[in-house]
Amino acid sequence: MRTLKFLLQKEFRQIFRDPSILRVILIMPVIQLLILPWAADYEMKNIKLAVVDQDHSDYSRQLINKITSSGYFILTDYTDSYNASLKQIERDKADLVLQIPDNFEKELVKEDEATLFMALNAINGVKANLGGAYLRTIIQDFNREVRTEWIQFPRFSPETQIEVVSSNWFNPLMNYKYFMVPGILVILLTMVGLNLAAINIVKEKEIGTIEQINVTPIKKYHFILGKLIPFWILGLVVLTIGLTISRLFYGIIPAGSFVTIYVFAAVYLLAVLGLGLLLSTFSSNQQQSMLLSFFLMMIFILLGGLYTSIDSMPEWAKWITRFNPVSYFIEVMRMVVLKGSNLADIKYHLFSMLGFAAVFNTWAVISYRKRS
Amino acid sequence: MTGDKVITADKLTKRYGDFVAVDHISFEVHKGEIFGFLGANGAGKTTAMRMLCGLSLPTSGKATVAGFDVYRENEKIKQNIGYMSQKFSLYEDLTVKENMRFYGGIYGMSDAFIKNKTASILDQLHLQKEGNKLVKALPLGWKQKLAFSVAIFHEPGIVFLDEPTGGVDPVTRREFWNMIYQASESGITIFVTTHYMDEAEYCNRVSIMVDGKIEALDSPAQLKKIYEAGSMEDVFLQLARKAVRAAD
Repeated sequence: MRTLKFLLQKEFRQIFRDPSILRVILIMPVIQLLILPWAADYEMKNIKLAVVDQDHSDYSRQLINKITSSGYFILTDYTDSYNASLKQIERDKADLVLQIPDNFEKELVKEDEATLFMALNAINGVKANLGGAYLRTIIQDFNREVRTEWIQFPRFSPETQIEVVSSNWFNPLMNYKYFMVPGILVILLTMVGLNLAAINIVKEKEIGTIEQINVTPIKKYHFILGKLIPFWILGLVVLTIGLTISRLFYGIIPAGSFVTIYVFAAVYLLAVLGLGLLLSTFSSNQQQSMLLSFFLMMIFILLGGLYTSIDSMPEWAKWITRFNPVSYFIEVMRMVVLKGSNLADIKYHLFSMLGFAAVFNTWAVISYRKRS
Repeated sequence: MTGDKVITADKLTKRYGDFVAVDHISFEVHKGEIFGFLGANGAGKTTAMRMLCGLSLPTSGKATVAGFDVYRENEKIKQNIGYMSQKFSLYEDLTVKENMRFYGGIYGMSDAFIKNKTASILDQLHLQKEGNKLVKALPLGWKQKLAFSVAIFHEPGIVFLDEPTGGVDPVTRREFWNMIYQASESGITIFVTTHYMDEAEYCNRVSIMVDGKIEALDSPAQLKKIYEAGSMEDVFLQLARKAVRAAD
């Protein structure tokens, strides 16, 4: 225990003397949390729309008005040639083309039926999908308005219609920030923890002090614990800063208890730091360990369920996410923050994370060799 | 010289694949001796030393340090030796005192011991004023002397020094050797590698390694007699020129 005291004293001194570490810990998460949630938006806005109006009627103008006033679309082109507008798509000046054919108004009034045509630039699938869906909704809306204008209200609607009324549980306003901010916080915590741990032991290898440590009778687990504990505490500090920012800037107050978040985060950090130290023992210089942790981070983020739902991934990918600690924490954060889950609800996640922590740290102790 | 053997090596060998870095070396070091371990770059000195310190696992052969076996009791060896590597090994972002406290602490020294020892070392090195300075602010010569003091902070029976005076000026080298003599007088066995032949003259006995093998081992006076050389430099050149292995 006494050895550990000396190790911790040394590590903390070094951390507080290194301005770059403090910057990574304090400033980077703050800035990222302030910026990223605004950019990581699921809603599509500023969709570039080219309209081919071959009708030039009252109704066509009304429709275009309605579309542009929705706020989702920017009218970038207005022509009467379909080919001209396709050129706009080719030049990436338009994402969507809406063609209002000749006789649109006439057919709508006389035949009670009119056809519109929509062309989507599907290079960005999400944009095309959502843009198309938005446009369809707006046109349906327009359709309904036109009908109510014409139809004198009879006692019964001439056509049966099923209307779906929905309510959004846990996030009533579907504020995507409630969903994204806790997830981004998890990623930040992981990056800070993983990177700091990954470069730490390897830094001692580079400057040669590890030799001096290895020639002492120090126990391997003491050495690893001496590295783990300081970063564990710093990780919890970063989490606290992150939760404070979520509260102050995004008004996110967890529905569940902070205790649940901290208990899980405490175990989670052990796992992530253990993994970082493991990478550190494998690498012989800082570049190697940074590349390794960068590579893992990519997988962790893309297979973590932050941007894309794990439920919609193929089976094999879902299977991989089970080995991704990030996916557990993102899920737990969302459960606790939005649903108010308690420790009993997340016990599967918690036990899995204990498993990760035990495996990574044991592995790190084993793979740290005092003798080559 | 007492008959007390504190280091024994018997056909100690280290291979890296086909490359035999250390090739069946055998020697003994007696208690209180200053044992010079000479050889050109790449001759295998550092590798041999690392095996004795428990930092590198031998491929074959036998060796004991302070009575402990290098294979099985390497952690016990570590409690009884000090080591100063070629690379500077103090923490530059810690102060002089903090370095001593740290290394003393992980060797299990008591707080009172650390305090007294730190004061006496600073006195000896005339660094009383620099105790709270970061190590990186000190000139190289001071750092080297400090590293030596830290290596023997826990008062080990044997200290291994790997080119301790590399890159320092002649005056500091002289002072450094005075420190080595002092340590030797207090009973610490010194195992030192060097490239400076004048330093070899200061040793009680020297061994000269060529291509992983020990080619000569005796007192400097005896070696000069055997090789009919005027200085240790001549002895070394005669032997080192036989090397076929390229220096690194």
